[in-house]
Amino acid sequence: MNMHSKTDLRELSYAEAIREAMDIAMARDERVILMGEDIGVYGGAFGVTGELVEKYGTDRVMDTPISELGGAGVAVGAAMTGLRPIFEFQFSDFATLGMEQIVNQAAKIRYMLGGAVSVPVVMRFPSGSGTGAAAQHSQSLEAWTAHVPGLKVVQPATPADAKGLLLAALEDPDPVMIYEHKILYKMKGHVPEGYYTTPIGKAAVMREGKDLTIIATSIMVHKALDAAQTLAAEGIDAEVIDLRTIRPMDRDTVLTSVRKTGRLVCVYEAVKTLGVGAEVSAMVAESDAFDYLDAPIIRLGGAECPIPYNPELEKAVVPQVPDILEAARNLAKGRV
Amino acid sequence: MRDTVTPNNIPYAIARYSAEELKDALKKMYLIRKFEEGAEDSYMRGLIHGTMHLSIGQEASAVGSCMSLSDEDKITSTHRGHGHCVAKGADLSRMFAEFFGKESGYCKGRGGSMHIADPSKGNLGANGIVGGGLPIAVGAALSAKRLGTGAVTVCFFGDGANNEGAFHEALNMASVWKLPVVFVCENNKYGMSTSTERSTSVKNIADRAVAYAMPGVTVDGNDFSAVTEAVDAAVERARNGEGPSLVENVTYRWRGHSKSDRNRYRTKEEIADWQSRDPIAAMAKLLTDHKIATEDEVAGIEADATRIIEEAIAFATEGANPKIEEVTRDVYTEETAS
Ligand SMILES: Cc1ncc(C[n+]2csc(CCOP(=O)(O)OP(=O)(O)O)c2C)c(N)n1
Ligand SMILES: [Mg+2]
Repeated sequence: MNMHSKTDLRELSYAEAIREAMDIAMARDERVILMGEDIGVYGGAFGVTGELVEKYGTDRVMDTPISELGGAGVAVGAAMTGLRPIFEFQFSDFATLGMEQIVNQAAKIRYMLGGAVSVPVVMRFPSGSGTGAAAQHSQSLEAWTAHVPGLKVVQPATPADAKGLLLAALEDPDPVMIYEHKILYKMKGHVPEGYYTTPIGKAAVMREGKDLTIIATSIMVHKALDAAQTLAAEGIDAEVIDLRTIRPMDRDTVLTSVRKTGRLVCVYEAVKTLGVGAEVSAMVAESDAFDYLDAPIIRLGGAECPIPYNPELEKAVVPQVPDILEAARNLAKGRV
Repeated sequence: MRDTVTPNNIPYAIARYSAEELKDALKKMYLIRKFEEGAEDSYMRGLIHGTMHLSIGQEASAVGSCMSLSDEDKITSTHRGHGHCVAKGADLSRMFAEFFGKESGYCKGRGGSMHIADPSKGNLGANGIVGGGLPIAVGAALSAKRLGTGAVTVCFFGDGANNEGAFHEALNMASVWKLPVVFVCENNKYGMSTSTERSTSVKNIADRAVAYAMPGVTVDGNDFSAVTEAVDAAVERARNGEGPSLVENVTYRWRGHSKSDRNRYRTKEEIADWQSRDPIAAMAKLLTDHKIATEDEVAGIEADATRIIEEAIAFATEGANPKIEEVTRDVYTEETAS
């Protein structure tokens, strides 16, 4: 997988881009610390923190014991009292052990206290399937946290956004949850040098088109772009939108596109029902954009089962490029 | 650590178990080693995907801890669970088939290395979540007590798991309700890259037992006899209705944590030092020293294990893949429309 970028532009992998963002943030702000399991000498389970411990020491790159609930809570408490922790769950699946502190504490403290305290914590969640790690190491649970007012939830799809959204998250006074896709860590793309932020709450139109809209998140953005190329050769002009933030969602960008194309496919890796696709569809159905629809909305999401181990089954339970092509062709030809 | 020798200078295991039982234990230790070497080799040759956690170097802990258990007794296991599975009597062919993701595997190809289970033999399963098995073991012990089955549950977990809340909550409940469960900590000194010195406030994990008013003992986990002596006593205590115990088997994993480990948190010397304390070689010596087996018999046991693993790999290779149409089978007992 490669971003289609000009060769004269500097390229970094998605993991390197995240590391660069943390490095920049730590260099400019003493309050920023990293916490997580095996993020020090090991460099992180996916190598994201890399050598940062050598530069900033174990006081600022802290290996926690295997204590997700406690670790997440320490990050929340530290964020309330002057530090800017970036907490890494080793796999997003293990955040289920830290949910108490995320959902009951981080998300609600500001509100419950009448605005007297902020919780500027950043949490990172390596997510998704494709590594053969089976049911307890492959989930996409971003909709869980996105259901909770008080949290902001982002899903960068490109190296540039991975960096920009992390820096934006650190600037944000509220808790920001960053869902990173494990398969994207090695993907390269252009990443601007130096400090910049990517706005939270703004989707990105990755490809303009007039025939149908494909709204995608995370790794599915790349599958959607692949599909759009094939569709273009068939005379179907797809617009591809990277949602980037799922709470708060960028209503304007979504509705504007649907008003233009009148056809919508929403594709994401998480289990299809009761997730991002339901929200996007409802947003359209509840707005004037509904009147512009020429066909029913199609959601493509994960199968209604845990992620299986067998590699063929694993591939089969999440949307692939041919699934997007089929949905788009049917929509374009008015077959649904 | 406990003295592993009985008053008349015969190691506990030699006095307690028959020659057949002891030779079977050695065979299981070889099976674990060779299963994992075979697994590693298959991985290197690209035959399987995903990751795996090898317990090479920890075989005495797995086999020794299950010596006094029957098929009615339960175990809960961990991500590093192949050894526990073999110790509890699993079929090596079905284990390998699971590793290869085949329908003939223990989990029908849905689970892989990290989820192998064999409920028919009392193995409630490996676990992908550190500490995930601890409360489950307490639940199994609650069933045994309420239903009067007489079964005991042995709960395996690592040193890293002792810092999860689940560990503390589980031990407390087991103690308060006096349940027949034995908590067996396999302290291999690291949770991934983090040493117990850097992660854990007490020197020995067994020291935690004090907080939950149960006996706690630390033993040399590479000494088969020491492991059986400590765990057997705890199992008996549990069976007699006297409640839970904590046993800490100090051991070492020779391989990296998983396939992505560069071993940057420990020295080559440390690894070599532990490799010189091979639990299988020690067990073979124990049996030959006490005339339980000749050196030829030991060689024969090892050859037997090698053959079983070769057959298991052949079985796994030939097996059929699961059908994609059946991917949502077993999410619920009865198929539901989503
Ligand atoms: C809740 C949870 N946190 C983190 C992990 C990732 N992880 C898997 S094994 C492991 C180390 C476990 O250490 P220990 O309990 O000592 O067992 P060992 O691997 O040494 O056998 C970690 C951090 C996990 N699987 N589950
Ligand atoms: Mg350990």
